[in-house]
Amino acid sequence: MSATAETIADVEKLGDRYKYGFVTEIESETAPKGLSEDVIRFISAKKEEPDWLLEWRLQAYAKWQKMTEPNWAKLGYPPIDYQDSYYYSAPKQKDAPKSLDEVDPELLETYAKLGIPLKEQEMLAGVRNVAVDAVFDSVSVATTFKAKLAEAGVIFCSISEAVREYPDLVRKYLGSVVPQDDNFFAALNCAVYTDGSFVYVPKGVKCPMELSTYFRINAENTGQFERTLIIADEGSYVSYLEGCTAPMRDENQLHAAVVELVAHKDAEIKYSTVQNWYPGDENGKGGIYNFVTKRALCQGDRSKVMWTQVETGSAITWKYPSCVLQGDDSQGEFYSVAIANNMQQADTGTKMIHMGKRTRSRIISKGISAGRAQNSYRGLVKMLPSADKGRNFTQCDSLLIGDKCGAHTFPYIESQNRSARVEHEATTSKISEDQLFYCRQRGIGEEEAVALVVNGFCREVLQQLPMEFAVEAQKLVGISLEGSVG
Amino acid sequence: MLEINDLRVSVEGKQILKGLNLSVPAGEVHAIMGPNGAGKSTLAYALAGREGYEHEGGSAKLLGNSIIGLDPEDRAALGLFLAFQYPVEIPGVAGMTFLKTALNSMRVARGQEELSALDFLKLVRERLKSLGIDEAMLKRPVNVGFSGGEKKRNEVLQMAMLEPKFCVLDETDSGLDIDALKVVADGVNALRSPDRGMLVITHYQRLLDYIKPDRVHVLASGQIVKSGGPELALQLEAEGYGELLKETAA
Ligand SMILES: Nc1ncnc2c1ncn2[C@@H]1O[C@H](COP(=O)(O)OP(=O)(O)OP(=O)(O)O)[C@@H](O)[C@H]1O
Ligand SMILES: [Mg+2]
Repeated sequence: MSATAETIADVEKLGDRYKYGFVTEIESETAPKGLSEDVIRFISAKKEEPDWLLEWRLQAYAKWQKMTEPNWAKLGYPPIDYQDSYYYSAPKQKDAPKSLDEVDPELLETYAKLGIPLKEQEMLAGVRNVAVDAVFDSVSVATTFKAKLAEAGVIFCSISEAVREYPDLVRKYLGSVVPQDDNFFAALNCAVYTDGSFVYVPKGVKCPMELSTYFRINAENTGQFERTLIIADEGSYVSYLEGCTAPMRDENQLHAAVVELVAHKDAEIKYSTVQNWYPGDENGKGGIYNFVTKRALCQGDRSKVMWTQVETGSAITWKYPSCVLQGDDSQGEFYSVAIANNMQQADTGTKMIHMGKRTRSRIISKGISAGRAQNSYRGLVKMLPSADKGRNFTQCDSLLIGDKCGAHTFPYIESQNRSARVEHEATTSKISEDQLFYCRQRGIGEEEAVALVVNGFCREVLQQLPMEFAVEAQKLVGISLEGSVG
Repeated sequence: MLEINDLRVSVEGKQILKGLNLSVPAGEVHAIMGPNGAGKSTLAYALAGREGYEHEGGSAKLLGNSIIGLDPEDRAALGLFLAFQYPVEIPGVAGMTFLKTALNSMRVARGQEELSALDFLKLVRERLKSLGIDEAMLKRPVNVGFSGGEKKRNEVLQMAMLEPKFCVLDETDSGLDIDALKVVADGVNALRSPDRGMLVITHYQRLLDYIKPDRVHVLASGQIVKSGGPELALQLEAEGYGELLKETAA
């Protein structure tokens, strides 16, 4: 069965557009509604954090209170009442599970429904060679394949666990790439983040498997603020993937994550995202507000970071995974597919900050707009005076399906070095009637034809994904464009 | 098998097919010839159900089923295949994926099981071999950067894979060199069978040396103005359309 055929079949079986829109009935423990120093102390205490971390949170909170929400993006939404959300929600469990057998079966069931087998046995049975950390609402519930990773010396655990077990590493790097007051949402995250993943790959180690985190917002009125920190020490390599889903709810839910990556000399990090938060219904009711700060520091010479993202969900996406290319000859790449259908709004892109000599960056962005959606690419390429012979290539393609949607491109280029070279290419086109007719004449139904043509349009990006996830992503492209034609 | 009666079709408000009659029985190959702009491709697109080709009257039936108003994919599922005069490029979609998606969609629509990856590959290889086409062609995105001849060969390959009941070939011979023409004609001939009909649109008698038609029709100004045996094509080749059109106008 072809990926696209499967997609259609899947959707038909489910009879619903968003197949992850179920709610898990599970008892959870929540912090009082709203945001205050007390709530932050509550979160910190719940997590038995050291004093320095509580202080760090409170400091961020103080900064956040003086900041204002950014409004430069091409996004429209009613003001968010930050006091009307819960900032901590954890599935009730006596103690933190020590092994997978202690994880609540309801939770395991949830992840099975999402297609993420957490049971190591199942995974060993050959399903996927991927280590998974699953974050449910605010806390990390399970990390698989720990032993095998430990053997290689790779640390892969929840960031809460890392604070307990590897405090020096966390303290050294937390906030080192994205400063607390980098932006409004990052500051908020510092104050209230609840969990996320932590990865450390030691010198010279090639991580033996794909690492993956699955984020799931389940509880009502809950914000999810995860924090991810990945450090690749000299000469190491790691490939990491995050996936995200949430149930269908009429209210909007806030998601403000921070991801920091540090690549030392000759290290390489591949970071892939398949974002499929609930996008809201056709009329724009409900859906996740996704305000995310992701940044990589290519600190060492010849280090390399590659961001790949497939953004199909969320009512609002505000996200600019960036690379600070500090080391000489370091490289940053950004491959993005952003799909906005119905009433979705996406303002996404990247920043490439060239500092080191001969630093290179490459940006491939594919934006697809359908329904009444608005989809913007916003990118900054900056060549600092020190970036001798820096190179950038940007290719930015937009595809429109129907005539009520919009595509916008905002490329910013700042070059302060005359030997640097920046190239930018952009195209905007409507989905081709000729192509759709050709497919349909061959018996391919209209929606599947759209999925096929759009997958072709995105191919350059999708093929960057780890193989295990490429098929899933292709299906997602089809599903998220359901109902966009005809 | 294909029954067209008094068919009227307009494009962008202009009537192009003006009461066209045509009947192709099962097992027969009919050729359509006619001057540029006569409406030959319009007929092909109208049969295939292309958007923008407005039906303004008359009927078109395939195997007894009216196809007017059906979606293109439903007409395809009924067994209608159109080899395009200008095959379309689909960037990023490998030929193999395209073929497999098409074949399986068609099978599902007909209530058959989808082919497994392995069975599919076996079938493709068989067809490629009998048509003398290199498998490399299917690794490339559909028609992207193909030469004119490659595109036409790709159309014939798709036709052989999908095993339609009725084939419309719109100038499948144009732009082919002699060898390619033979390959394409052999492919088409291999598909001739007592329960399959074909409509071959062409400007050149040359193709009809390889694909022997049962009947030849002349389409001019949106109507079939003359029909005859294969000798009609020879006559047109010798005399051009001038005499004939004068005759029919009179
Ligand atoms: N999309 C369109 N918009 C306007 N006119 C059209 C369109 N498509 C076809 N026509 C017109 O319809 C008439 C018939 O065109 P058609 O392509 O069917 O001719 P044809 O017989 O296939 O010619 P050829 O031998 O050159 O392929 C022409 O006058 C053409 O300009
Ligand atoms: Mg034509």
